[in-house]
Amino acid sequence: MIHSLFMINSAGDIFMEKHWKSVISRSVCDYFFEEQQKANSPEDVNPVISTPHHYLIHIYRENIYFVAVCTTEVPPLFVIEFLHRVVDTFTDYFGDGGETAIKDNYVIVYELLEEMLDNGFPLATESNILKELIKPPNILRTVVNTVTGSSNLADTLPTGQLSNVPWRRAGVKYTNNEAYFDVIEEIDAIIDKQGSTVFADIQGVIDCCVKLSGMPDLTLSFMNPRILDDVSFHPCVRFKRWESERVLSFVPPDGNFRLISYHVGSQNMVAIPVYVKPNISFREGGGRFDVTVGPKQTMGKLVESVVITCAMPKVVLNMNLTPTQGTYTFDPVAKVLTWDVGKINPQKLPNLRGNISLQSGSPPPESNPAISVQFKIQQMAVSGLKVNRLDMYGEKYKPFKGVKYLTKAGNFQVRT
Amino acid sequence: MSNGGGSYNAQNDSRAGSTGEPDMGTEPTGGFFSADYKKHDDLKQMLDSNKDNLKLEAMKRIVGMVAKGKDASDLFAAVVKNVVSKNIEVKKLVYVYLVRYAEEQQDLALLSIATFQRALKDPNQLIRASALRVLSSIRVPVIVPIMMLALKDSVVDMSPYVRKTAAHAIPKLYSLDPEQKDQLIQVIEKLLADKTTLVVGSAVMAFEELCPDRVDLIHKNYRKLCNLLVDVEEWGQVVIINMLTRYARTQFLDPNQQDVVADDDKNFYGDEDEKDSEEEEEDEEKEKTPPKKPYMMDPDHRLLLRNTKPLLQSRNAAVVMAVAQLYHHIAPKSEVGLVAKALVRLLRSHREIQHVVLSNVATLTTIRKGMFEPYLKSFFVRPSDPIHVRTLKLEILTNLATETSISTILREFQTYVTSSDKDFVAATIQAIGRCASSISEVTETCLNGLVGLLSNRNEYVVAESVVVIKKLLQMQPDSHSEIIQHMAKLADTITVPMARASILWMVGEYSDRVPKIAPDLLRKMAKNFINEEDIVKLQILNLAAKLCITNPKQTKLLCQYVLNLAKYDQNYDIRDRARFIRQLVSPAGEKGALGKHAKKIFLASKPAPVLDSSFKDRDQWQLGSLSHMINQRASGYSPLPDFPATAPDPTVRNVEVPMPWAEKTHKKKAGKPKKEAFYSDEEEESESESDSEESSSSSSESGSESESEDDSKSESGSDKEEKKSDEEAESSSSSSSESESSSESDSDSDSESEPDTKPQKKTPPPKSKSSAKPKKEAKQEVSLLDLEDIDMSSTSAPVPTPASALDVLSPSLASDLQGLSINDKKDTAISVTTPMFVSTTSHELLHRMTGEGLAANYRFTRGTCIYSTSMVPVELTFTNHTDSPVSNIRIGEKKLQAGMTLQEFPEIPTLPGGGSMSVSIGIDFKDTIQPANFQICTQDRKYNVSIKPPVGELLQAVTMSEADFTAQQSKLTGMNENSGKASIPSQHNNSKTITSRISELANVAPVFSSQDGLYRFAGKTVSGGTLLLVTVKVGEDNSASITVNCEKMAICSMLVKEVKQKLSQA
Repeated sequence: MIHSLFMINSAGDIFMEKHWKSVISRSVCDYFFEEQQKANSPEDVNPVISTPHHYLIHIYRENIYFVAVCTTEVPPLFVIEFLHRVVDTFTDYFGDGGETAIKDNYVIVYELLEEMLDNGFPLATESNILKELIKPPNILRTVVNTVTGSSNLADTLPTGQLSNVPWRRAGVKYTNNEAYFDVIEEIDAIIDKQGSTVFADIQGVIDCCVKLSGMPDLTLSFMNPRILDDVSFHPCVRFKRWESERVLSFVPPDGNFRLISYHVGSQNMVAIPVYVKPNISFREGGGRFDVTVGPKQTMGKLVESVVITCAMPKVVLNMNLTPTQGTYTFDPVAKVLTWDVGKINPQKLPNLRGNISLQSGSPPPESNPAISVQFKIQQMAVSGLKVNRLDMYGEKYKPFKGVKYLTKAGNFQVRT
Repeated sequence: MSNGGGSYNAQNDSRAGSTGEPDMGTEPTGGFFSADYKKHDDLKQMLDSNKDNLKLEAMKRIVGMVAKGKDASDLFAAVVKNVVSKNIEVKKLVYVYLVRYAEEQQDLALLSIATFQRALKDPNQLIRASALRVLSSIRVPVIVPIMMLALKDSVVDMSPYVRKTAAHAIPKLYSLDPEQKDQLIQVIEKLLADKTTLVVGSAVMAFEELCPDRVDLIHKNYRKLCNLLVDVEEWGQVVIINMLTRYARTQFLDPNQQDVVADDDKNFYGDEDEKDSEEEEEDEEKEKTPPKKPYMMDPDHRLLLRNTKPLLQSRNAAVVMAVAQLYHHIAPKSEVGLVAKALVRLLRSHREIQHVVLSNVATLTTIRKGMFEPYLKSFFVRPSDPIHVRTLKLEILTNLATETSISTILREFQTYVTSSDKDFVAATIQAIGRCASSISEVTETCLNGLVGLLSNRNEYVVAESVVVIKKLLQMQPDSHSEIIQHMAKLADTITVPMARASILWMVGEYSDRVPKIAPDLLRKMAKNFINEEDIVKLQILNLAAKLCITNPKQTKLLCQYVLNLAKYDQNYDIRDRARFIRQLVSPAGEKGALGKHAKKIFLASKPAPVLDSSFKDRDQWQLGSLSHMINQRASGYSPLPDFPATAPDPTVRNVEVPMPWAEKTHKKKAGKPKKEAFYSDEEEESESESDSEESSSSSSESGSESESEDDSKSESGSDKEEKKSDEEAESSSSSSSESESSSESDSDSDSESEPDTKPQKKTPPPKSKSSAKPKKEAKQEVSLLDLEDIDMSSTSAPVPTPASALDVLSPSLASDLQGLSINDKKDTAISVTTPMFVSTTSHELLHRMTGEGLAANYRFTRGTCIYSTSMVPVELTFTNHTDSPVSNIRIGEKKLQAGMTLQEFPEIPTLPGGGSMSVSIGIDFKDTIQPANFQICTQDRKYNVSIKPPVGELLQAVTMSEADFTAQQSKLTGMNENSGKASIPSQHNNSKTITSRISELANVAPVFSSQDGLYRFAGKTVSGGTLLLVTVKVGEDNSASITVNCEKMAICSMLVKEVKQKLSQA
């Protein structure tokens, strides 16, 4: 399974290593560096690299390469999924999984890695269990620790591993019992030049923040569960109940977690909430740029946080534009145009127009760049999914419940 | 946070201060020796002090060094002393250090062993576990015996967490001393019998690392593993599924074998007979198998497939992939399709996961094209994709291309060609070439498109197009002389060597089509010969030789010139080629023997290249494995075995009555021998303690298990109530939940356990087969070694389980047996499949005039009803035509025929004006076409409505092999057969129309038919589950004879009538 782990930052420094079996020299990373040099961008490095004696499987997140070293046959997804889980845990513990956070908390990081893998095989990966074994840092505790000299290790040893609900710790107590559910849907779409939809798809997740005392057993039902086409569950969800009754029945983990992620059947028509009217043309030495954004099928809701980005061709030197609304920036190094539009006012459509200047002497690009769009619509789930009710069994108190809907752009791309 | 940061900085500062030189960053040892000592001196002092916080500070800094990869080994002595520290935090960090350095300082490490041995007896399970973990991790060969002892103790520990740790320790111990293998395998055997979900995953992991070929250890645990699988933690699931895939490959027959045989030819019936005679010996032992079945899926095989299916819904990509590969490798062809959706879902995940999934999908698409066709658009390339993901997507799109989808794909490709990424454009052009060569209808279009690209400004694009066009033309050169001309002209401008070489080759090959241009081209090339790349030079030589043969008048001299140039080339390949060609084309002396055949040698017609997917050869690897990913054998990879020709003995998986995991019996009976083996008296007490704890924790587990078993039965109404009560009981008080679920399971297990065990005891192991026999023997040897097991089974197996003994059967066992019972009943070769055709037309239920603005329509969705399998799912759509909302829409009084049941939809609270809503109900028509009459109620009104099902909707499509079909048909003759004749209008007399018409009419699935003009369809009635077979035989004169076989005669005759009408429709 996983033999060793190296963390490499963007500068190419191996700033942390951990070995679960015998020590492997860090020179093994040279193979990785070799591959890295061949790639144009950090994302382009092949995640699985075969070397004469080892197999390097890595992920790239938070500008860090997490390189796992394996010596024998292992399902690559097993390693990749685990590495992502490690970074998720760091993010959960430190707020972000970046290099500074890891360096600042190296002792906790090391202890976490020690608990998560034993002899290369995952041991405890549930955040609820880990948090009992190793307390996450917070400001108050840090102050207390500096005074008393204790560290973040748990004083009492947990019993959670024995509970029949391995994802939930025992003895949870809150004064305010609350459960919040965020239904977040993302629209993935490819829109072609003429404005017609090449491909559109809705992917959704339900993220929960559950702070309930004891061992609550929750049942969440939907008004229209049939629109959920393909669902993947947190291990806590009882699959059989879903199969037979289409309700989500579960004993939740404590705190934040992702309950389900789902896919809405492609036979349903996807309502595209915004349209983009691009008009980009190049000629010798320059070109015109004119983009208008407008609302389409928004069901009366306001489209917010609209951001338009466009990776211009390499020959573009600069852009001189005037927005009717919001601000725009052009990064002359990465050649990326970003236009932060904000809210769309249907009466006065936002527009960005102006001139493009190209490098002199080089031929104008043949193809126009694709535009990607970000937006958010509050209080609407574009698929029409509606939570019907949430029931709680097993505990006496009355929890406070809340559901929030949000639609945003996922991979929303307009070809021009 | 700042605490950690502070100390980290402090460490750097102190280093910088004491060594007087800048931080060396990643160097393992920074600074001079003296400085090193000095620096570590203060750490040593801190460790020696008696203040815990100083020690902790020191340990933190040391761990920081370890983490950075700096050498801290000289502190070993100072650190190891602190292993006895009372402070749990210090202790933990010391453990971290020990594991890292013990290997290097073995003697000193021995000092710490006593501490671990003590900790192994600690009452706290976590301390025991961590002691075992560290002890097994320190890799000091001297302590192997101690580790072995500790391991054996821990395997029977009461805490599953400790047992899990013990399972992890097994491979560690094995890598330290491979001689312990035999003993360790015994330990694994014990752990495999464990019934806690926490342990089994790790136990199987140990099994996989140590002795993956010891299949005999799995037999007894196979069903348990299958049933526990859903509840095992995700990482364990991956390992178990992979192991079970291999197991299934060795123990079950190939489910697709039947198809292969059927495809073979007509002597199939002969085969069947042969097989029958083979199986007869087996049949004597197990009467279960009906002798007529040529292939029947082992119920255990089915069990595995059924229990892994829900895991496709896992959030863990590795689990989903594991299930996908399991289905790919061991499921019947018709069922593999269901993994596609889950795999496509994974594409939304992280980039790295995308990459791995896509490369596996690419392999799948080379073998199972149809599977991913509905998801074509999910593989469209986005500009944000990294390059390796893009090329994989291209590969998949190309593999998926069919006549119907090619236009969509080509349109996509057109967009990709304009991309700014050159490599990607090149890959796209190649993809276009492959599409063109595989789908003949679009070859022309593609070729035109590619020729269009020849005038592209980007030279790279042009070059790539040239190469692809060359390959395409090679397949059909006849009609394309103008393209060849065009390309010959390009030779002046193109500089990419590969493209130039391609042009030259083509002109040479088809010089007869461009007789004027070819010599001229050679002239131009000859002028520039010395400046060309090697690959181009070789092609110039080729061109010269070919022209010299076909057109010696014009080119003989040119050819000589080129050959002379080549004679002095730097590259010996070119010199060789020149010499070779000279001998053939213009021999110095008299015409050589070979010279006569020169034309044949050079201008032989060459086979067109096959443009294949580069993923074709990856099929040899197990899907989802590392070896598949890197397309080479990874160390430790063991290839999947082929299915055996004859099934090994299935009875090995039967388990004796008191299953090893039926905890109470097990503990009491098996406890004793174990005590004798290696327990001192103290442990005895703890053991009995553990019993009570165990049982209480496991009874709470049982809740969820019995629940799952309920669901698999899915008998609607009454069942649901039970389920609810179960659930409540489970959540409220874990220990009391035993009552209902266990009593229920008792009755089931009673009936099931008997037949299960009888064959095991009465019949001797089969002797007929060669493969099963040695295994059986091996197993017996093991059990001889393992006396306790024999003891257990001999004392307990013959006990005639009376009612009192049944109480001890755990619900997990019951569910186990029940899972099997369902299987036994089911006819496994016939499986329900998705309908071929789902009607979109809906019928009116309630007219809006009668309904005072509320209209209702119904439609048969032909899916599986979510309420019950015996119900026909019907979708009701309510539309409110008024302006005011209608509220409380529900089903009121039901006036149903006897036996019929109707599952209502949840009440619709309000339907706004102008709105419409769909709900689904389920109706069990009891296989009659009697209408279901019921009332639809709104807040203040009631409307009588009725649904009358067409006979075709009472069916459910099933798939089966042709052999099954004929076998079943032969059983359903006489009264159960109904036939009629119809004449089909000649314009509709084709397979497509007939198939689609029949599947429109009734929910049946076509069955493969080896005879022309013979169409077969199979279905079963939804409620009764009786088989229904439709045969349509089309004769010469457009007349068709229709035969329907079904036990339900009414359905039979009605269906014949309807089919007749439908087929004779103009």
